Amino acid sequence: MSAIEVSALTKRFRSFVAVDDLSFQVAEGSVFGLLGSNGAGKSTAIRILCGLLSATSGSVRVLGVDVLAEPERVKRMLGYMTQRFSLYEDLSVRQNLRFFGGVYGLRGQALAEREAWALEMAGLQGRQDTLTGALSGGWKQRLALACSVLHRPRVLFLDEPTGGVDPLSRRRFWALIDAMAGEGVTVLVTTHYLDEAEHCDRIALMHAGRLVALGSVPELKQVFLGRAVLEVTCPDYVAALRECEAQSFVHEASVFGSRLHLVVDDVPGVRAQVLAVLERTKNVPAAVERIVPSLEDVFIHSVEVADAAAGRQGAA
Amino acid sequence: MPDPLVRVEGLVRRYGEVPAVDGVSFEVERGETFGLIGPDGAGKTTTLRTVLGLLQAHGGSVRTCGLDPFRDRRRLSRRVGYLSQRFSLYGDLSIDENVSFFASVHGVRGFRPRRDELLEDLRLAPFRKRLAARLSGGMKQKLALACTLIHTPELLVLDEPTTGVDPVSRRDFWRILARLQQEGLTLLLTTPYLDEAERCGRVALMDRGKILELDAPETLRRREAGSVLEVLARPRRTAQEVLSGTPEVTDLETFGERLHATLSRTPREEAGAAAERLTATLRAAGVEVEVVRPVLPSLEDIFIARIRGRA
Repeated sequence: MSAIEVSALTKRFRSFVAVDDLSFQVAEGSVFGLLGSNGAGKSTAIRILCGLLSATSGSVRVLGVDVLAEPERVKRMLGYMTQRFSLYEDLSVRQNLRFFGGVYGLRGQALAEREAWALEMAGLQGRQDTLTGALSGGWKQRLALACSVLHRPRVLFLDEPTGGVDPLSRRRFWALIDAMAGEGVTVLVTTHYLDEAEHCDRIALMHAGRLVALGSVPELKQVFLGRAVLEVTCPDYVAALRECEAQSFVHEASVFGSRLHLVVDDVPGVRAQVLAVLERTKNVPAAVERIVPSLEDVFIHSVEVADAAAGRQGAA
Repeated sequence: MPDPLVRVEGLVRRYGEVPAVDGVSFEVERGETFGLIGPDGAGKTTTLRTVLGLLQAHGGSVRTCGLDPFRDRRRLSRRVGYLSQRFSLYGDLSIDENVSFFASVHGVRGFRPRRDELLEDLRLAPFRKRLAARLSGGMKQKLALACTLIHTPELLVLDEPTTGVDPVSRRDFWRILARLQQEGLTLLLTTPYLDEAERCGRVALMDRGKILELDAPETLRRREAGSVLEVLARPRRTAQEVLSGTPEVTDLETFGERLHATLSRTPREEAGAAAERLTATLRAAGVEVEVVRPVLPSLEDIFIARIRGRA
C-alpha cells in the first residue's frame, strides 16, 4: 500500500512554476528521498504534502487522506522536522520534550512514557536538564527528531535534516530512521547530500520543479544511459586531465586524489581510446577501469538531459 | 625536493585549559589537495586558523608559504586565500562589485581579466549585475570562492566549503579547483562529507585534537585491517536482525535494500570465508540470500571504526 500518493502536483507563484506536474508514490514503511538543488522545488513540495501550503492543481493523499481538502487532519498524522531544528535553545532538553508533547496533545502518564522513550532514543538520558543551546549539532538533531515523533506519527517528513552534522552523528541518525521505518513509519526526506540519499529505498530527483529521475539507487545508476564513468590512474594526472578534457567523447573530467574520473560516451572501445590519449601524452603505465557512477554523477547527468530537453522545447 | 608549502609540527592550541589541537603534525606539498576530516570539535577549524596566522600556536611550530603565519600575517595574506564557514559577502553589492572589492582589499591591479575568467568558469557571468543578497546558497558560495581567488593565491584554505551547497554548484566548485590546481594551486580543506574527502590526495582523520590516520584515501581503504561485507538478502529486516545478533558483525548499516556489515576483527584475507559463514547463518534463519561479498571499506567506515575505537 502507498502511504503517500502525489499525482500531477503543480504549484505556481504568479508566473513562477515552483512544482511542475510532480507525481510519485511512497510505499508504507519505506524511506523515500526527494533530492534536488536549491530552488528545485523540494521544500515547496514537502510543505504542500504537510498541508502547510495549498496547491495550484493535482492531488496529494497521505494515508488515504486528501491533503488538499483536509490539511488540518493530515497535520495531526504527521511528524515534521526541519533543517533549522525548531527547538527552543533557552529551554532544557526536558522542557523542549514537554513543550512539543503538549503541542501534540500528550498529557500525564502518556507524556511521561514518551518523554522517557525519547530520551533513550536520542541517547540523552542524564542530560534532561541541559540547556538545548549547549548541545552539539548531533544531539540537537536527535532531540529534534525525538520531538517530531512524540505523538507516534505514521508518516515522518524530514526537510534537510542533517546539514552540517558530523559523520558519526549522521550514521546514528540514519540508524534511528531505519529503525522507525522498520516499525512501519513512512519517511520522506529532502536532502541535497547525495551520499545521504544512498540510505533511501527510492529516490526522486527534482530539477526546476520537475521530476527528472525516479527509482532505487541501483536503478538510477543503471539509467545513466549512454554514458559510463571511467577511473584513470596514471603518473601525471594533471597532464592527463588537460588532454582528456579536450576529447569530444569525454563529457566531464574530475580529479579524485591522484586519479581522474571521466564521464564518457558508453561505446565499445572507449577504454582503448582513453588509453591511446594517455599514451600520446607519454602517460603510461596507466590503468583505466569502469566504475559504478556515483549518485552525484547520475544527478548531474539527469539535470543536463532535462535542461537540454527544455532548451529544445524553448527553441521549438 | 622543494619545501612543503605548509609544515605543522607538534601543534598545540588551547582554549582556556582545553586543548582544541593537541600535538598535530602534517605537511602539505605544493600542488597537493590535503583534507582534514573529523567530527564537530575535532580541531579542524582551529588547525586551519593557526596555519593562516589568525590564531597563535601555544606549542609546536607552523610554517606557511615559508613564513611564520602569526608574525607575518600581512605578508601571508597576499599569498593565501581563505574561504571560511562564515565568509562575508556584501549583500547590497553586485557580483562584479563584490569581486572588485576583494581585489582592491588585496591591492590587485588589472584584475578584470581574471575576474571575468573566474566568473565564466563558475557559471556566474550571466548574473554579474545581480546583488549578492539575491543569490541562491550555491551561487553565493561560488561568488565567495571567486573573491578568495582574485589575488591568485598559492594556497587556498577552505573550511567546509560545500556545506549547504547543492550538487550542481558543488560540481562547478570542484571543476574550477581542478583547473586552478593545474596552474599549481595548493588546497588545504576541511569537509564533513567523506565522499568529498575522496577528492583529496591525502587526508588526515582528526578526532578530539589529534590526527588518527594520515594517508591517501585509497591507501587507507586498502590498508584497513577489518572487513566489510555487502549483503543483499530478503526480507531485509530479518537479515538485519540475524546479522545484528551475530557476534562477528561489529557494525551494520542500511543503504536502501543493501546492508553493509563491518567485521572489524576479521582480517581482510578471511573476508571471503566470513561471507560464506554469514550466508550460511542467514539461510539457516530462512533468509533468501542474493549476495554477500567483501567490499572495500569506505572512508566513513574507517573513520567511524577509529573513533569508536577511541571511545
